[in-house]
Amino acid sequence: MSNAAAAGSPGAAPAKRETFSSRKLFILSAIGSAVGLGNIWRFPYIAYDNGGGAFLIPYLVALLTAGIPLLFLDYAVGHKFRGSAPLAYRRLHRVAEPLGWWQVLICFVIATYYAVIIAWSLMYTIFSFTEAWGDDAEGYFFGSFLKVAEAPGIGFNYVPSVFFPLLLIWIAVIIIMVAGIRKGISRANSILLPLLVVMFVLLVVQSLFLPGAAEGLNAFFTPDWSALADPSVWAAAYGHIFFSLSVGYGIMVTYSSYLKRRTDLTGSGMVVAFANSGFEILAGIGVFAALGFMAQAAGAGVNDVVTQGIGLAFVAFPTIVSQAPFGALMGVLFFGSLVFAGVTSLISVLEVIVAAVQDKLGWGRIKASLVVSVLVGAVSLALFPTATGLYLLDTSDAFVNSFGITLGALVTVVVLAWFLRKLPLLSAHLNGISTIKMRRTWMVLVAGVVPLALIYMVSNEFISKISTTYEGYPEWFVGLFGWGMAGGLVVLALVLTFIPWSRTSKAHLDPEYQSIMDEEEAETAR
Amino acid sequence: MTPIAITMMIIAILTVWGGLALALLNLQRHPEDEGALPEEHAPEL
Repeated sequence: MSNAAAAGSPGAAPAKRETFSSRKLFILSAIGSAVGLGNIWRFPYIAYDNGGGAFLIPYLVALLTAGIPLLFLDYAVGHKFRGSAPLAYRRLHRVAEPLGWWQVLICFVIATYYAVIIAWSLMYTIFSFTEAWGDDAEGYFFGSFLKVAEAPGIGFNYVPSVFFPLLLIWIAVIIIMVAGIRKGISRANSILLPLLVVMFVLLVVQSLFLPGAAEGLNAFFTPDWSALADPSVWAAAYGHIFFSLSVGYGIMVTYSSYLKRRTDLTGSGMVVAFANSGFEILAGIGVFAALGFMAQAAGAGVNDVVTQGIGLAFVAFPTIVSQAPFGALMGVLFFGSLVFAGVTSLISVLEVIVAAVQDKLGWGRIKASLVVSVLVGAVSLALFPTATGLYLLDTSDAFVNSFGITLGALVTVVVLAWFLRKLPLLSAHLNGISTIKMRRTWMVLVAGVVPLALIYMVSNEFISKISTTYEGYPEWFVGLFGWGMAGGLVVLALVLTFIPWSRTSKAHLDPEYQSIMDEEEAETAR
Repeated sequence: MTPIAITMMIIAILTVWGGLALALLNLQRHPEDEGALPEEHAPEL
């Protein structure tokens, strides 16, 4: 790709849009994006906590009635309007442009802290050999490793053992981003994703042979049927599916804009969705087998050791690594999986921003990806590898999920389905080129079930976050980095919309897109 | 493992991985339209 040649030289023919060279590479990249840290450290706990084996029912219902329809919506917007999120929504309707910028800004926030967790995982891959945590994994992680400050705040007490691995991650990611869709993103995914699957399968096999594994699996799979009558279990299923599939914040819009014109969108989407779920089930088996071992070694019940997120990855797993036979191998497989799953997701989040900048300013690939990745990397390196970084990470994550991704998805769906009434157009696009046709069912799900589920989630989050200050952190801190940040994204999205598109931007100068539109018009007229 | 846990595990694996297998099969039966970029896109007759 030599797109950069056209950058910044007005009058030159605009660069052609990059494409995935095959459907397979698109699917691999989309799976790489969807399979992230959440699949490994979130799903097992959510399933366990919401009915165990019985959770399969709400989970599959949420997948089929909300996750997959929303995935198709993203695909349809990105593929039909062939642009980054702001450009695609602008082409859909001018008033929809801020939705795209909102999604871009959400990705900005996520990318800054997501990379930090990958950096921790990288260090812990090495620690698996040295067992640096000794016999106190928790004290080590929060104390010696992160050097977490007593109280939340913003400080510049940098922690070198986090700063340097984070720098390394950013350098690797910048190289991937600059190399572009084919040589960077496709290639990274086609190497890292298979590697991730192989490593994770090995981890699961190793876990299954540990004493106590069966007890862990009993805890994970034994169904509690009464959970099905509990609305919060259903909400948990819908909530998890939304976050797990990476829908509603521009990633799938951006990736599908790089697909060739005649691509089976829904057929590919089904593979992506079920591969993502398949990986989650695998993670549930692996994690609970390991937790079963940990419980047995501690002479406790599985319910005493079960945990999720940071606690699972950086406290429970190190403990397991210390106790299990061939623990170092297990640690490398687990933390290495986190690194690979994280990197393939991080690049998809960054691509949303890179694509938007490319489109808005008419920049070439290299310039846009360098400027964006270096800027996001610099913010990430400035704010997070500090003694107070964990508080900031926790708060940004909680608020960007609730009032960025979830609220953003709700507004997007309502605007598209109810105000602009674009679903018939998008449905026609999906059905025109795809093998699995959903027609009216899809529209009913996107216009009905999806917004209802999202309204329930957003209002739940709103009530819980307004009734008590998040995590008991100081009010100014949550006000600024939680509520302030989430509100700031909306304001900034509007500001970015009002900044005019450059004369050389894709909004004004995109003969490739124009020719597609002309062709489609001719086809409709025939 | 208890029989009920084994049963649920098998059902979960069959539905999710079975779904993946079906999705892959569907894709395989509809091979990709190679290189259909705009300029190569022939109007269907």
